[in-house]
Amino acid sequence: MTVRRGLRTTLFAAAMALTALPAAAATKISFYYPVAVGGPITKLIDDYVAGFEKENPDVDIEPVYSGSYQDTITKVLTAMKGGNAPQVAVILSTDMFTLIDEDAIVPFDGMAKTPEDKAFLSAFYPAFMENSQTGGKTWGIPFQRSTIVMYWNKDAFKEASLDPEKPPRSWDEMAQMAAKLTKRDAGGNVTQWGVQIPSSGFPYWLFQALTTENGAKLMNEAGTETYYDKPEVVEALQYWIDLASKQKVHPPGIVEWGTTPKDFFERKVAMMWTTTGNLTNVRKNAAFPFGVAMLPEKKRGGSPTGGGNFYVFKSASPEQQDAAFRFVKWMTTPERAAQWGIDTGYVAVRPDAWETSAMKAYVADFPAAAVARDQLPQATAELSTHENQRVTKALNDGLQAALTGGKPAKQAMEDAQKEADRILKAYR
Amino acid sequence: MNGSFPDRLVALLENTGAWLLGLLWVLPLLFAVWTAFHPAAFAVRFDLAAPLTLENFVQAWAAAPFPRYLLNSFLLVTSILAGQLVLCTLAAYAFARFEFRGRNVAFLLVLVQLMIMPDALVVENYRTMHAFGLIDSVAAMALPYMASAFGIFLLRQTFKTVPRELDDAARVEGAGTLGILWRVYVPLARPVYVAYGLVSISYHWNNFLWPLIVTNSVTTRPLTVGLAVFSSTDQGVDWSVITAATLMTAAPLLIAFLLFQRQFVQSFMRAGIK
Amino acid sequence: MPDRRLGSQLAPHVHGWLLLLPAVALLAAFTYFPAVAALWSSLHSTPKGARPARFVGLDQYAAMVDDPVFWQSLWNNVLFALGTVPLSVAIALLMALWVNGRIRGRTALRMAYFTPTMLPMIAVANIWLFFYTPGYGLIDQVLGLFGLPDTNWLGSPATALPALMVVTVWKEAGFFMIFYLAALQAMPPSLREAAMLEGAGRWCIFRRVTLPLLMPTTLFVLVNAVINAFRTVDLVVVMTRGGPDNATALLLYHIYEVGFRYWDTGYAAALTTVLVVILVVLAIGQFVYLDRKVHYR
Repeated sequence: MTVRRGLRTTLFAAAMALTALPAAAATKISFYYPVAVGGPITKLIDDYVAGFEKENPDVDIEPVYSGSYQDTITKVLTAMKGGNAPQVAVILSTDMFTLIDEDAIVPFDGMAKTPEDKAFLSAFYPAFMENSQTGGKTWGIPFQRSTIVMYWNKDAFKEASLDPEKPPRSWDEMAQMAAKLTKRDAGGNVTQWGVQIPSSGFPYWLFQALTTENGAKLMNEAGTETYYDKPEVVEALQYWIDLASKQKVHPPGIVEWGTTPKDFFERKVAMMWTTTGNLTNVRKNAAFPFGVAMLPEKKRGGSPTGGGNFYVFKSASPEQQDAAFRFVKWMTTPERAAQWGIDTGYVAVRPDAWETSAMKAYVADFPAAAVARDQLPQATAELSTHENQRVTKALNDGLQAALTGGKPAKQAMEDAQKEADRILKAYR
Repeated sequence: MNGSFPDRLVALLENTGAWLLGLLWVLPLLFAVWTAFHPAAFAVRFDLAAPLTLENFVQAWAAAPFPRYLLNSFLLVTSILAGQLVLCTLAAYAFARFEFRGRNVAFLLVLVQLMIMPDALVVENYRTMHAFGLIDSVAAMALPYMASAFGIFLLRQTFKTVPRELDDAARVEGAGTLGILWRVYVPLARPVYVAYGLVSISYHWNNFLWPLIVTNSVTTRPLTVGLAVFSSTDQGVDWSVITAATLMTAAPLLIAFLLFQRQFVQSFMRAGIK
Repeated sequence: MPDRRLGSQLAPHVHGWLLLLPAVALLAAFTYFPAVAALWSSLHSTPKGARPARFVGLDQYAAMVDDPVFWQSLWNNVLFALGTVPLSVAIALLMALWVNGRIRGRTALRMAYFTPTMLPMIAVANIWLFFYTPGYGLIDQVLGLFGLPDTNWLGSPATALPALMVVTVWKEAGFFMIFYLAALQAMPPSLREAAMLEGAGRWCIFRRVTLPLLMPTTLFVLVNAVINAFRTVDLVVVMTRGGPDNATALLLYHIYEVGFRYWDTGYAAALTTVLVVILVVLAIGQFVYLDRKVHYR
């Protein structure tokens, strides 16, 4: 379909050239985007781009599907170092400091000239903007964003004689309910776990939900300090470890992120923590009634946000930056933000998107979709610092070492903090 | 002599062993076929009564323009293979049969490429391609792989086993350097060419990182990039759609190999030195 | 005539280099030049945005000595090579002998053995992820029939690396089999027949005739297997991302992380240089040692 669209654009351009003689050359920009959820995402994006080009004939956008999030930043930075950066891209919100340090992107403040533009910059949920702003400037515009929520199997609750409409509200409650939900066969082998929190790949993200709930922050706003070894953080880790090793209601070792939804569908686990991006997936594949809840509280509720932002690149000419900014605004109008959320399962990124008729109808039909929104006031910024990947890796290694019994929680977190301090020294 | 009991027992054991190993080796493919044709709920439960469906293929098909990717992959592997066959034959011939100054050093240098895989050098190579204006072209995907140390090494080993007398015979008949190569060495090395061709095709059909980095458009991208839509998602693994897409991408290769079987075996037989 | 003699002395040199020229030109452009560029940048700091690279001498290498992940990935890689190379070469040889011999349905078997080579790694890794899934994964389903408990194969440091080794052997053996098969098919049957007439048993023929004649292939396969062991990366990316706690971090995965996640290109270049040196030494060592034992006819 892209071929056909390309052909159409070419014909259109040819027609323009023939009819309108002094036609200004169209501003060309390339737009890199990742695909991180199921469904025909490339087709959706192609359709959006075609719609934008129809309304803005002076802009010619080349959408480039660039693999996963990781592939996308690799491709963007490789292209930049080769002197061929895109003009606009969707990249993880946590890569903001990386992109700033690479001198790759420009803040949106310079592009927003009119009062409407300035209002646009503050149209989004503050929880999403925390990962999009630093040093008083806005570097990213939220697009496909998510948070962590808890999914529970109502049938399993009934079988364990728990109220299927009441998910756990606190950490203690979750541990108690999980104990009732854990089933063992005659040989003592577990056939159904009470709860699971995935810990492969990016355990820091799920861990950050626990630390937030325990009232701890993992980093400062400038992205130059981490607080991995604070007592609240160690306590949060101990709770996670104990679920598996002491209460024995959580699978031991590292729980794979990729198979966690399947574990849930297969009734291998009664409650799972995962992204809101899984909503459509669970709705389609769970063969039992399920509920979606905000994460349980310790000192408070909460979850980190996640997902991708729009960034505009420094190498773009002023005309290209202007075109890119128009495109970003067009992509995040309330109607489109609502539609994107409905189509993909991401959280619609601005409050007024939830007031659109499409979104209202969707929520009325599927109330679970609004849980993520209701949790947003308590949400915090995802862990992101300078040298983000490396600082995060220090935490990941510590968490996995502690979860597999390699190190006690306290020592694991102290080691992780030491490593983070070493890396961040240059930025203080 | 071949009817004795121990011999038959050994043959039985060997047959069983060979087939068990074979079964083990195709297990992932069998799983892929099972999962792709059944609803997601049966992806991990092997129930003969499970309903069949093509829904997974429909979903996979909708996620990327597969026919175009198929054509791109085909163009990519053929141009790489053509380049490799020519370049590697010439170079291997030089190493096997010419005593020239610096031969050993040159050979070691070629071996180096066996180890420094183009994947480790993507940033530098991207810069080179950009300088030549080749980004987003089949040439950019193919060029770094054409001078294959693997192919050179393999053909050199083979060419070295060709008896010198055949050279001399051809020379007496008036063949030049390239004539000898073409009439003596290339035919004798046919099984190796077939084996190498097969390996090269399957490697490049499945190569991912470099094509992803140097291509930007639907008109150049190979199939694996389309396949990547389904792996590494936020949502976790959806085996049904991944396996459907896998079968779609691997099918041309599997079918080609099936059709090629006879050709493959024959060329082995014909090439035997009598 | 002196001129002609000079010409005929020069001819092999000229012909040799002319034949090499196209391959060498491409190798120079896409291997030597970028490799030297990598060595050069390993002696510099990583450029960051407005901060250009500056010469730091051997600082990157000093940092490597203090990098525990580097040492662990090096050690993992040695284990990985020791675990996969002998096994996949032995299985490959066994497969080749089988499908070259009198086994029933050897066409189908050959196809079966070669399948893993034809499946894309991205997909294969996901399928194996299912096999290893605790509880309902294929391996646990089968073990469950015997009443054995669930195992978190990829989630515990003790089993994660061996689990990846199994996938690697599975993926590679069929690939190497093709080379053995090509060599076996090209082998003159007269040699075997002669040995049979002398009353030699199968094992004896294999050891005294077949195996020595397969030495050039073995050399080739071994060199490749070792190199593959040191350049495995996609499997790690999809299945474990180096975890748990770096238990499956291999050298090239570490390079990939440093280069394409941390964007520390200077340090990645230093790691690349070390990897290249290791591989060159290994390859030359094997080559020199084994080439002496190889009999070319």
